Amino acid sequence: MTRSLLNVDARTAKRNASEKRFRGYGLAAIFVAVLALIMLMTSILTAGLSAFQQTYITIDVALPEDQLDKSGVRDPAAMAKVTTIRYAKVLKQALLAQLEAEGITTTLSDKDVAKILSKEAAATVRSRVLANPDLIGTTIRIELLASGRIDGFYKGRVTMASAALDGNTSPEALQLVEQLAERGWVETKFNWAFLTAPDASDQRPEAAGLGVAILGSLYMMFVVLFLALPIGVAASVYLEEFAPKNRWTDIIEVNIANLAAVPSIVYGILGLAIFINFAQLNQSSPLVGGLVLTLMTLPTIIISTRAALKSVPPSIRDAALGVGASKMQSVFHHVLPLAAPGILTGTIIGLAQALGETAPLLLIGMVAFVREYPAAYTSDAGLFGEASTALPVQVFNWTQRADPAFVERASGAIITLLVFLLFMNAIAIYLRRRFERRW
Amino acid sequence: MTSKISAQNVQVFYGDNHAIKDVNVEIADHEVTAFIGPSGCGKSTFLRTINRMNDTIDICRVTGDIRIDGEDIYDPKVDPVQLRAKVGMVFQKPNPFPKSIYDNVAYGPKIHGLAQDKAALDEIVENALRKAALWNEAKDRLDAPGTGLSGGQQQRLCIARAIATAPEVLLMDEPCSALDPIATAQVEELIDELRQSFSVVIVTHSMQQAARVSQKTAFFHLGNLVEFDDTDKIFTNPEDPRTESYISGRIG
Repeated sequence: MTRSLLNVDARTAKRNASEKRFRGYGLAAIFVAVLALIMLMTSILTAGLSAFQQTYITIDVALPEDQLDKSGVRDPAAMAKVTTIRYAKVLKQALLAQLEAEGITTTLSDKDVAKILSKEAAATVRSRVLANPDLIGTTIRIELLASGRIDGFYKGRVTMASAALDGNTSPEALQLVEQLAERGWVETKFNWAFLTAPDASDQRPEAAGLGVAILGSLYMMFVVLFLALPIGVAASVYLEEFAPKNRWTDIIEVNIANLAAVPSIVYGILGLAIFINFAQLNQSSPLVGGLVLTLMTLPTIIISTRAALKSVPPSIRDAALGVGASKMQSVFHHVLPLAAPGILTGTIIGLAQALGETAPLLLIGMVAFVREYPAAYTSDAGLFGEASTALPVQVFNWTQRADPAFVERASGAIITLLVFLLFMNAIAIYLRRRFERRW
Repeated sequence: MTSKISAQNVQVFYGDNHAIKDVNVEIADHEVTAFIGPSGCGKSTFLRTINRMNDTIDICRVTGDIRIDGEDIYDPKVDPVQLRAKVGMVFQKPNPFPKSIYDNVAYGPKIHGLAQDKAALDEIVENALRKAALWNEAKDRLDAPGTGLSGGQQQRLCIARAIATAPEVLLMDEPCSALDPIATAQVEELIDELRQSFSVVIVTHSMQQAARVSQKTAFFHLGNLVEFDDTDKIFTNPEDPRTESYISGRIG
């Protein structure tokens, strides 16, 4: 008797069940991954998006000559001697005058009223005056940073209840600002300064920005790109196309694979010993950071470049050699162009890895507090030799500060870093699609 | 008649594997010589010694004496690049460069400096495509990618590419094995025409093909050259019993 195809036998049923189970596992794995991603994004975005908003208070500031330029001759050197303490007093007067003009009364002391402005505000006014001494004697309308607590109030981080327990602000101060806001003097808007301003001290999180960190990371990426790409590609082309296959090249190959797995902090120690202690390059400089990251990125680039070269079919090499191309011509005219998308993808992924690297940079001093924008070149410090910091290190730095406003800054910095990484990966994908050729 | 290619006592080793054992063969100019034999008998290996493509394999070692026009091609003074310009090669699988049809053919002349200007290069490309019987199909789309052609057209493009460098010998390693019967017929017809200009050596698995296109046939077996004679004689009246077994289908 033949078996009917209409009945599923036990064996087949078992096989089908196991396949179903396997698909279930796969779906579960994907679900966990997506869930983790969503959790990560939600946590970072809710904590960090507010960093891109900032609260400003507009004030009409009278700039009295008798306080800011006693000599009256507008001598820049003499004016520069007037410190922010003096400007803070001028600001306090201006703020009190504004409250009076608006008919706002408060039980707060004058000192506490002044606290609704950021400590940075005095410096902002001072640099505005020093840049244009003719302002003295006039009244200027200027937008100034609100203090971190006031800013936090508009972002929901500070509430009346928490302000009552807070030594740095009070419910009265919040009510005062609300009254100012009703009259249109307070505005919360997009915070360009977060992307351009340098870091700020512990007491003024509202002024802290990523300008120096972005610049430092950018410089390092230049160093890495211009060192790691040529060295990595040259090494891979030589190893893959020209080197004899013997024990030595095997050893080199194994070691390159091992280097790719070396913890990044080890490269930091290496950089400290070689580039700073031995070669006497500047500590904290993007040059040293870039060199360390180059060492770290090289194995990634070499491995992906070799994979790209390997994937070029040997028939193309045969074809080139067959019409009498030299080895080098066959590599440079045919193999490298075909491998280019893979090489570029590997390089960009290597760069993205380097962009997010923190540990080695801590060891070479890039964790320092830097407020001066580093110049790309100075005759003193050389190319990329000025002290700087980097995006991931800035995140690390801010997470260690006490003020809760820095939590928001750190998450904002992470978002910025992620946007850069996404952008670089998008370029990698685009290049691969654009230049991928079929044969 | 003087021979174009003369091989004496040629031995090829891949590491410890003795792939070609003491082969002597004389290949005449303006003739098609076919190498036949079962898989792994060394016919392709021997073909690749003639333009030193085996140099690219690290473990491969060639001894003996191969002369083209009386010159030892394994002489240390010989640059394989010049040799390969003189001895063109067509491979088993069509392997056009992923470039335009024009660039595929123009590549060889360019790197060898055969054309003084664009017009001369155009002429070389046209002549090569005409000789390869591809001109009529390709003349309107010289800028189209060579990889977009059909299999048979691709192989003819590869032949055009090989003859564009003005070689004197053309080596073909199973050029029709990836082609359908119609494309095969076209390529075979082409081989017969190419004989006017070159000495052609073709490796083939198909005995019918060897019988159709060649004047001389060499039968390889297990690395030995068993028999080498006029094609007619090999297929009608072979001397060696192994040859007879092979062409009558008893081995291989």
